[in-house]
This record gives sequence, structure tokens and C-alpha cells, in this order.
Amino acid sequence: MIDYNTAVVLAGTSMLGAGAGLIGTFAVLRGRALLGDALGHAALPGVCLGFLLLGRRSLAAMLVGAWLSGVLGILVVAGLRRATRIKEDAAIGIVLSVFFGAGLALSRYIQTQATQGSKAGLDSYIFGKAAGMLQGDLLWISAAALAALLAVVALFKEFRLVTFDGGFARVQGWPAASLDLLLMGLVSLIVVIGLPAVGAVLVAALLILPAAAARFWTERLGMMLVVAGSFGLVMGAAGTAISAHVSRAPTGPIIVLVGTCLFGASALFAPRRGAVARWIDHVRFRRRLRGQAMWRAVYELIEPRFPAIRPIAIDELAHRTSYTPAQLRRVLRQAEMNDLLIRRPDGRYLPTAAGLAQAARVTRGYRLWERFLTEQPELTSTFARLDVESADSALSHEIVAELEAALRAEGRLP
Amino acid sequence: MSWPDLATLDASQAFWTIVVGAISNTCCAVLGCYLVLRRLSLLGDAISHAILPGIVVAFLLTGQTASWPMLLGAATVGVLTTVVTHALHASGNVPEDASMGVVFTSLFALGVVLIALAPSNVDLDLDCVLMGRLEEVTFPEPWLGFEVPLKFPSLLAVLGATAAFVALFWKELKIASFDPALATAMGISAAVVHYLLMGMVAVVTVAAFDAVGSVLVIAMLIVPAATAHLLTDRLGWMVGWAVVVAIISAVLGYLGDVYFDTGVAGMMAVGAGSQLLLAVFLAPRHGLLSKLWHRFMLALRIVSEDLLAVLYRFEEATSETRTAGVPWNLCRRVAGGGLAAWLAAPLLWWRGELRVAAGRLWLTQQGRRNAQSLVRSHRLWEVFLGEYFQLPLDHLHESAERIEHFIGPKLQERLASDLHQPGRDPHGKEIPVVKDADNDTSRGRE
Repeated sequence: MIDYNTAVVLAGTSMLGAGAGLIGTFAVLRGRALLGDALGHAALPGVCLGFLLLGRRSLAAMLVGAWLSGVLGILVVAGLRRATRIKEDAAIGIVLSVFFGAGLALSRYIQTQATQGSKAGLDSYIFGKAAGMLQGDLLWISAAALAALLAVVALFKEFRLVTFDGGFARVQGWPAASLDLLLMGLVSLIVVIGLPAVGAVLVAALLILPAAAARFWTERLGMMLVVAGSFGLVMGAAGTAISAHVSRAPTGPIIVLVGTCLFGASALFAPRRGAVARWIDHVRFRRRLRGQAMWRAVYELIEPRFPAIRPIAIDELAHRTSYTPAQLRRVLRQAEMNDLLIRRPDGRYLPTAAGLAQAARVTRGYRLWERFLTEQPELTSTFARLDVESADSALSHEIVAELEAALRAEGRLP
Repeated sequence: MSWPDLATLDASQAFWTIVVGAISNTCCAVLGCYLVLRRLSLLGDAISHAILPGIVVAFLLTGQTASWPMLLGAATVGVLTTVVTHALHASGNVPEDASMGVVFTSLFALGVVLIALAPSNVDLDLDCVLMGRLEEVTFPEPWLGFEVPLKFPSLLAVLGATAAFVALFWKELKIASFDPALATAMGISAAVVHYLLMGMVAVVTVAAFDAVGSVLVIAMLIVPAATAHLLTDRLGWMVGWAVVVAIISAVLGYLGDVYFDTGVAGMMAVGAGSQLLLAVFLAPRHGLLSKLWHRFMLALRIVSEDLLAVLYRFEEATSETRTAGVPWNLCRRVAGGGLAAWLAAPLLWWRGELRVAAGRLWLTQQGRRNAQSLVRSHRLWEVFLGEYFQLPLDHLHESAERIEHFIGPKLQERLASDLHQPGRDPHGKEIPVVKDADNDTSRGRE
């Protein structure tokens, strides 16, 4: 059983994570991930100033201060980029570090000057302390996460357009700049409400990790939002739950590490894009390619004296393919079982009618591509998946006929 | 707050705080120049965060943050961060900045958790990560017959390594920074230079950990370099200025700590930031004020030239203008608004191109010559446009009104001879001939 307080905190961080996952998806796709980082760091002096001005710990004052100084930081980034020769990456680095330095100096100043023991209050804004959240704080976070959710649902189409093709959106008459600004506004909202739980240093991870992990699972934006939102939710909830048991560790890093695990698992095991799936793909691809090379070798060995079919020795094949002898024997045995080849008593192989057809088909496809690409080398990159697409399916009939005629003229058409 | 008397401070502590700070800042600043030029600032940020777990583990094992194996390990981590970031970007279709974000937030979080879970007797807490532990490493101890802090020799070595690296690879780094394609074509592997640089960045961030912690080190990597970039266009000077800014930051950081009790590291970042702010406004060529000044001077020149041309056209229109002059408010309307318009007439008067009396303006001999030259440029250009582009008459003036200020004497002559010394412009107005071409002073400065 979990007590009421823990439940409150769990709910809060889950909502936060889910909202951050949604907004982070757009931020990451839009290339604004590290601007979120700058925003988080730049919010720290605002937190301290909010504290100093009010003289006591008040969530609202500190968050308003955080938002103001975070937004100021973003404006400085934009200003530096526009008005000086400093590039965006350096501008982000500058704002991030100088604002954060100022924040640290202020918090140290507060620690040494303030009379009441307020150190703990400020520390939690640097590395996060979810356990410190109260029911009131939860209301804020839920409201903000809900706002993010509503905004994403309501403006899904607009955000999608601006994210993937801002220029097109402008040409179509969408208020691209305002939508961009709104997106940045939502990012800043998430960052600010994430501060008390995750802390200034790592709050950007809340935006980045779920979205980056979701990127491995799908190529559709709608699906990616769902995945990122759920990852964010899990990240917040699990992170908080774990940190409740590890009393000395701040919540922020634990939440981030949970996110890292989700990301790592996605990067490894996601279907199609995960490392494992890609590796399997790669192995299969190599196997198919080598098989084709073997059939082509069979055909080319027979070709010179075609109507007569002569038996082929293993050595001849080994010479023309990249198989090791053991692999070659295995592949040949398999072809034998499929009735494509017949093994003769002297150890040489004779293709059956089906085997001959297979060899001719493979060689024809190969030569068509070869011909096409030597004639049109500039099109190589257009046909990215030469391995899976046959020339017949990828090219128009006219072109194939032309290629065949050219090959026939040379007497090389199988 | 109390303002401590400088005389009561521990002089040795002050000295070593500044020296240790200055050396580690310098190492960062020198390498930072290349990060800024190659737009890799954020990779520097990522690396400085990513080495935290390594530092923590090394500290738990050896009690030191910058032992030799540690520095080697750091270089490896730096290169690894770069490689992993790139791999995620290339294979997973994760945008490059996001994959950087994934790598460094993850490793940094790991480091923080390691520190938090470390036995409580270990002298390394979260404040060190944020602000370094400069206070703890500045106690002098005997070393080779001198009294220096324990940290000093290794820092000096890192400084030497940084200097040697930059000196040895000066040419390679320079070419790879400005034109990677050229570097590759010349047989310098831009990739090798890149990874060496990232390795060195990791080494100096480890060395600087004691002085500034692992978050603010990015301030020392980027801010002095960016400041220097605003001050100069030459790489050698840029590195030099970056070092100066870095050293001043160390002094400011110490003073800030003394006066406001805010910790040295945070104030060093703020000190570097304030220097950058100064440079943004005051830098000689790239500063905002300098840009503003140049823009204003250009505006002033154009407005005053326009004013001369207007007076000349009045003279053309009615012959009594030469004696009666032109009322100021009429000219004022032509000159437009703004400060430049107000200053144009006094400037011309001061240069002796205008005579002013009773609210009316006259051209002097010299002023007339300059005005003629300008109007000549204007009308020649109109002829040129009409001749070569067959633009309709009402399209000629607009463009000529802009370009007339930028046609020097040579181009003017060339235009005139190419157009066979036309006497009249397409509108039928006479193209003036400047009487005394040698005395033509206001033209051709651009």
C-alpha cells in the first residue's frame, strides 16, 4: 500500500512526464531540444530572485520568477544570434552557463544571508525533489500537463505542419511564427513546472528522452506522440517510486535514469529501427546477397556453352562467391533439398530445370540493374533499396524493354 | 552585507584561488575557441556533463579528481560521447541535438546518483558538481621545494598539454575549423582532428572540475571564446583575447566571492558573462555600438548628399535660387526625419558646402561641385538603365536615387564613356559636367 502523500506525488510526476513527452516530441522534431536545456538552466536565477523578493518559499513566486528568467534567457539567445556574429549553439551555451552561474551565486548568497534555514528549499530546484510536492503543487502540474495535452490535440495539424515544413506552412498562410512561439511557450511551461520535481540541470531530459525513445518505434507523428506520452508517464511514475525508496538520491537524476533505460531498450529492441532488428536485417540481407551471387555464378559458368549443361565443381563456386567452404556446402545442401541442384557422384553439381530458371532469373535481374545504373549513374541514390526491389517492379515497362533489348544485342540476356 | 577589508584576507589563499582558477579557465578558453568556431559548443557542453560519472568513480577509488589515469579515461569518454552521439543520430534518426541531449543528461544523472549514494564520509557532494571545490584545493603544500597547492602541478601539466596540442596542431586545427573540406583535400583528416579536440576538451574539463565543477565549465569553454570572437577576426588574436577574458573572469570570480559571499565558480561565470556583454556592445568592429555608428554615419552621408542634390535641382528649376536661396523647412521635408536629417545641414555648413542665413540655404562653389557630381551620377545611371534594360521612364528614378551615393568618380567616368557622353537623361534633363574634377572630395569614399 502506498500512502496518500506518495500517491499525490506519483500522480503529479506522471502527469508531468506525460505532458513533457507530448511537448518534447515537437521540440525534438523541431530541433529545439537543447533550447529546452538552456531554458531549464536559465530559470534558476529567477527561482532565487523570486525567493529573495518574497523573503520566503512560495511556489508561485518562484515559478513565475523561473518562467520570466527562462524566457529572458531564450530572448537573449535569439538576440545574440540575430544581432551579433555569435552562432546559435554558442549563444545557447552562453545563456545556459552564465544564467546558471548567476543562479548558483544567488542561491549561495541566500544560503549565507537568509536567516531561516532555507537551503533545502532551493536545492530541490537544482536537482529536483519530488517528495517535496504538495497537493497544491500537484494541481499546478496537472493543470499545465492538461493544457499541454489539450493544445497538442487541438493544434495537432498545425503543429505537424510547422514542425515538418515551416516554409510550406508560411506559404499556406498559417501563422507559423505564432505557432512556433506557442510551442516554445508550452516548452517553457513544462520546463518551469518540471523544476521542483526534476531540477534545473536535468529538466531538459524530461523533454528529450521520451521523444527520442519514441522515435525508434514509429514513423507516424500521432503514434510517436502516444508512445512519447506513455514513456514520459512511466518515466515520471517509476522514477518517483524508485527515488522514494532511495532516500538520499535526488528525484531528478533517478527519473532521468529511468528514461535512459527506456531509451536504451528502445534503441536496442524496437522493431525495425532498434539495433537488434537492424542487425538481423543486415544479416538477412547479406545472406540473400550471397545466395544471389551463387546463383549468378552458376549461370555464368554454364552460359558460354548454354544449351549444353555442364556440371559445376565446388571449387569453381568458392572462387566466385564470398562463402567460406563450410557455408558454401551448407547452402548447396539446402539447394539440393529444394530440388534446385543435383549432386553427382563425383561431387560436382548439376542444376535442375527449376535451378536453371532460378539462376537465369537472378542473373537477369542483376544484369538489368547493372545496365540501368551504368547508363544512369546519377539515379543510383534514387533507388535506395536495390536489394529488395527487382528491376521489373521499380522501373517502367518501357525502360525494362529497352534494357532487355540492349542486353539481347550483346547476347547477355538470360 | 559586510565589506571585508582586503588587507585581512589570507593573501596566499587569494593568490592561489586566482591562479588555480585562471589556469583552468585558460585551458578551457583556448580549446573553446575551436568549439565556437566549429559550432560545436554544445558538444563541449555534452562532454563536460558526460565525464561526471568517471570523475565520481575515480574520486571514490583514489580520493582525487584529476589523477593521470583519470585524465586518460576522460579523453576516452570525450571521444566516446562524440561517437555515441553521432551513432544515435546516424542510425536511429534521432536529431543530432536530441541525441546529444540523451547522452549527456543520462551520464550526468548517473554521476549525480553515484555521488548521492556514495558513503557519507567521501569528500565529494553535489555542491562540488555545481560549484567545484576551489576552497579545498588551494592550501599550499610543499612540492619540489615550493609551497604550492596539491592541485597545481597537474593543472600546470594540463595547461602545458593544451598549449602543446594547440601549438603542434595549429595549422591543422585552423584549416579544419574554417574549411573541413579543404582540410580533407589537403590530406589532413578532419575526423582525426575532431576526435583529438574532443579528447582534449574532456581532459581540460576534468582538470577544471575542481575550479568550476562540471556544469559551469561550459561557461569557461564558450564565453571567453565567444567574447574573443567578437573582438577580432584573426585566430591568433582570438586565442589571446580568450585567455585574457578567462584570467579576468578568475579575478572577478574571486572578488565576487569576497564581496558578496556567493562562491567563486558562479561568479566566474557571471564575470565572463559581463565581459561578453561589454564586448557585444563595445567591440570595435562587431559590437552593436560600432555597427550603430557606422549605420548612422552612412545615413548622415546619404542625407547630406541628398540635401546638396535637392539644392542643386532648385537652382536648375529657377534661376533666382542662386541669389535668393532655399528655405530650410522646404529642404527639411526632403531630408526626412531622424537625427541624421537634423545634423546634415550643420555638417555641410561646417564643411563649407552650404551658406546659411535667415533660415535659407545656398550652395557654395564647392557644394555645387559635389551636388553636380551626385546629380551626374544619378542621371547617368538613369540613362544606363534606359539604354540597357529598356525600363519605362517612371522606373528609373527610384533605383538611381539609391545607387547615386555609391557611384565613385571612376565608375562615373566609365558610365559616361560607355554611354558616349550623353548630354541629357531619359527625362530630358541636362546631365551636369563637374567643372573641376580634381577637387571632387565628397565622392568615392565608399
